[in-house]
Amino acid sequence: MTRYALTRLGLLVLGLVVASALIFVSLRVLPGDVAQLVGGTQASPDQVAALRESLGLNIPLWQQYVEWIGGLFRGDLGTSLLTGTPVVTELVAKAQVTLPLAAMSLIVALVVGIPFGVLSALGRRHAGGTALSVGAQALAAVPVVWAGMMLVVVFAVWLGWLPPQGFPRAGWNDPGAAFRALILPAVTIGVVEGAMLLRFVRSATLQAIGQDYVRTAAAKGLTRTRALLRHGLPNVGLSIITVLGLQIAGIIVGAVVIEQLFTLPGVGRMLVADVAARDLPKVQGELLAVTGFVLVVGFVVDLLHRLIDPRQREAS
Amino acid sequence: MSTLKRLWGLGTGRFGILIVVLLVVVAIVSLFWTPFDPGAVDVRARWADPSWPHVLGTDNNGRDIASLLMAGTRTTILVAVGAGIVASVLGIALAALGSLTARWIRESVAVLVDILIAFPVLIIAMMISAVWGGSLAVVIWAVGIGFGVNIARVTRPELRRVLQSDFVLAGRASGLTAWQNLTRHLLPNVAPVFIVQLSWGMAVAVLAEAGLSYLGFGAPITQPSWGVLLNDLQAYIAVHPLTVVWPGLAITLTVLALNLLGDALREAGDPTLADRAPAARTHVPGVVA
Repeated sequence: MTRYALTRLGLLVLGLVVASALIFVSLRVLPGDVAQLVGGTQASPDQVAALRESLGLNIPLWQQYVEWIGGLFRGDLGTSLLTGTPVVTELVAKAQVTLPLAAMSLIVALVVGIPFGVLSALGRRHAGGTALSVGAQALAAVPVVWAGMMLVVVFAVWLGWLPPQGFPRAGWNDPGAAFRALILPAVTIGVVEGAMLLRFVRSATLQAIGQDYVRTAAAKGLTRTRALLRHGLPNVGLSIITVLGLQIAGIIVGAVVIEQLFTLPGVGRMLVADVAARDLPKVQGELLAVTGFVLVVGFVVDLLHRLIDPRQREAS
Repeated sequence: MSTLKRLWGLGTGRFGILIVVLLVVVAIVSLFWTPFDPGAVDVRARWADPSWPHVLGTDNNGRDIASLLMAGTRTTILVAVGAGIVASVLGIALAALGSLTARWIRESVAVLVDILIAFPVLIIAMMISAVWGGSLAVVIWAVGIGFGVNIARVTRPELRRVLQSDFVLAGRASGLTAWQNLTRHLLPNVAPVFIVQLSWGMAVAVLAEAGLSYLGFGAPITQPSWGVLLNDLQAYIAVHPLTVVWPGLAITLTVLALNLLGDALREAGDPTLADRAPAARTHVPGVVA
């Protein structure tokens, strides 16, 4: 286990290095002069040259990269070109919207995916189970933005139960309003991701049904459903952990899109605005933070999986 | 031929084929004819309800929604095919590098693929579009790179397996060059796995076009595209909710068709699967939609 954890940790560090290098290089080597971008088309050559110096663009590329990474260890991801605020400060502020949104979406996805996935597998010979499976197929094909729009039309415009857009100015100081503002976005992401999870849980459960130990337990007098619940599902749960890692990445990406639709002041909306404004130092820091988060989640999920599943430990 | 017949025999396969053919036909027809000029602004016909001659109604500029949707199929197909080509070339190249070369190259490529696979397509799109600005090329490259890595991940073990098989050894023994062996034995045997992945990848591309165009990283607003249309109409959903329904339905139907086609291709390629539990589709992290 320790050996696996160390190897996996090495892969994580390598992943972070590759990610940071890719982000850094792609934002600099691709055609386009950052100083010119910042200065705008009106800037004179002198102004652009001065900007280049103040942005530290005139020193060698590798040195810029080393400085950026060095800053990272001091908790400094650089500062915004446009507002002058440190990227870290803004990330922390915006994460207070995005992380609760992601957590709520995950809960919705689990509630949709796991019980209905098992039900759909158990009822595979009945109309209900088939309907669940077909419905999940269709839902997994729905664009998240569109699902969000439809939910807004129904629950905000027609029924008037929830706010159609926005986040309270007071933020989490007004917890009720903040929570209500996140319900529709979280349901949107959660239902679409949950539909994908449902498909996976369904096929994992179907596989478990065919396993010998479930059949044995059934032969010894348990009903098939009980045999499955007691002996099959713990094994299904294990394979779900891996999928959840991917699911969380999907939820983070879904949040970027859905924050735009619901005008939520989160990391995703900030990222989209910064890319549009070409605030490159900020985009660079934000991209690294988001990618880093996804990589770390993958690492934790892998470790967790290995820790719980003894068969994998023996296999190594 | 028998694979195609089996594919048609599966309900999901038939549905997938029909929708894909329909899309291609609509795209071709839209080159010569649409009910109205998709870009034509007609302020007198703003927000027309669905009725003749505007069968799906009009938008805030009086543009005919049915015509916009028809013209949008071209963008969808362009992105799906473009991303498919990028993903195929990259995926096959990485899979080949990861199985046919020296050991240290093979292992480095495997690690690289493992790392790249964690990059959501949206992040790649943002990296490209931060410098280039939004365009369809951004979508094609982002999905192509994101899904190409996925294809490599799935195709590589398959390629390695075929590499160990008797007929490849026999081919080598009978004096085939590496290239002849590759084209005659390796690629045809890997093709089934690869084609299934490709159809799923194209579904991802269609969703990504919609999502990225919606965010402003994809098609320019002047281009007829389902994603752009969603973005255009979003501001009016409270008053004209019906108009937004159509582009969303078009996207969902297309993605569903490609997904089901992939499932059916998989089943048709391996008849023994029909009796077994369906395997989960490779889940692409960070499908933008």
